[in-house]
Amino acid sequence: MFKRMITESRIKSPWLLHYDCGSCNGCDIEVLACLTPVYDIERFGIVNVGNPMHADILLVTGTVNHRNKKVLVNLYDQMPHPKVVVAIGSCGLSGGIFREAYNVVGGVDKVIPVDVYVPGCPAKPEAIIDGVVIGLQKFHEKM
Amino acid sequence: MINTCALILAGLVAAPLAGGLVNGLDRILTARFQARVGPPVVQPFYDVVKLLGKEKTVVNVWQAFCAYCYLAATAISVVLFFLQSDLLLILFIQAVGAVFLVIGALSSTSPYSQVGAQRELLQILSYEPLLVLVTVGIYLETGSFKIGQVYAWDEPLLLKLPFLFVVLGYALTIKLRKSPFDLSTSHHGHQELVKGLLTDYSGPFLALTEIGHWFEVVLILGLCSLFWATSWIGMIIIVATTYFLEIVIDNVSARMNWRWMLGYVWAMGLTLSVVNLVWLYVR
Ligand code: SF4
Repeated sequence: MFKRMITESRIKSPWLLHYDCGSCNGCDIEVLACLTPVYDIERFGIVNVGNPMHADILLVTGTVNHRNKKVLVNLYDQMPHPKVVVAIGSCGLSGGIFREAYNVVGGVDKVIPVDVYVPGCPAKPEAIIDGVVIGLQKFHEKM
Repeated sequence: MINTCALILAGLVAAPLAGGLVNGLDRILTARFQARVGPPVVQPFYDVVKLLGKEKTVVNVWQAFCAYCYLAATAISVVLFFLQSDLLLILFIQAVGAVFLVIGALSSTSPYSQVGAQRELLQILSYEPLLVLVTVGIYLETGSFKIGQVYAWDEPLLLKLPFLFVVLGYALTIKLRKSPFDLSTSHHGHQELVKGLLTDYSGPFLALTEIGHWFEVVLILGLCSLFWATSWIGMIIIVATTYFLEIVIDNVSARMNWRWMLGYVWAMGLTLSVVNLVWLYVR
């Protein structure tokens, strides 16, 4: 019963950490738009915490390059289990238009395991919320 | 005997539940002020249960120890309040809990924790003298530090201690870490301080500090209720109004720095207290 309660609460209270890897800021603006009164993701108990030690879900926007891949791995490692990673935008998925650049490693999944991919350039706020909801369902599987 | 057990149980179980609900209402009202819908009222409980179920990661064992001590101290102070014990004793136990929270944050090397802890110390420094002065005022009026006697007093204290009630309001705002005094743990965790004092508490230990905070909310609202103890309705009205004003102040003000807090709160708080105490004395 406790297990059920905890899973239920996990789904009702996802705390987000948003990391801007090497994004053009298009996707970041859309992520932050989710917090505004129009979308108001706090309705679902979602809080943008900015602290990996408190976070359940890691939202990553932008391409990974050789400099910031260490930061990304560090943030991921600091998050306590269970955790879910959501990659946002074409850049987060594959490297996007920056794919060919000399310093780019590629998508987020080259460095850390990704659970949900949200496509778009930039991804729409609705799509980002959908991605987070799908991520929440992954908590069931991670039990 | 049975009565005592019931009161202890009420303090240990009903108080945090009430504190959590107050917290949920707070979040909804804040959201409404910002033209948002806000989370469900039981959201704080979801948060705490989730945190309790997360992986345990601690920076060092002292931090875990401090989180337990903080929770224990706040719980004991609320239970003593329900048992209508001595006001001074309750305040001292509450202060011990607050200091343990700071020690826990200081035991980590993260600069955010350190800055948050130093600021929390300054906050404690600002509100503790005020709380003691309020207690002194209550003593001068009723002739006792015992909560039982204060509740039995046949005149509302607010009429005799109006300024001290304002002073208690200052202490309440600082204690609840609401703007303009949210120096030690910023409201929004994505600002310069991250989560300040609470940055390095994570998972179950963050949940413990959250439950401890609910106890503190109940304790301070209990202190407010002392000011209109002659009727239940008066008590509920005074507590509800005070907390509503807290939320309004929280929403209309920005964070100030610690110099302003210390200067302003001490200047205003001490002046108002002294005026009220002198008035009580010469009357
Ligand atoms: S996907 Fe498009 S909008 Fe998003 S970071 Fe990449 S280029 Fe910018």
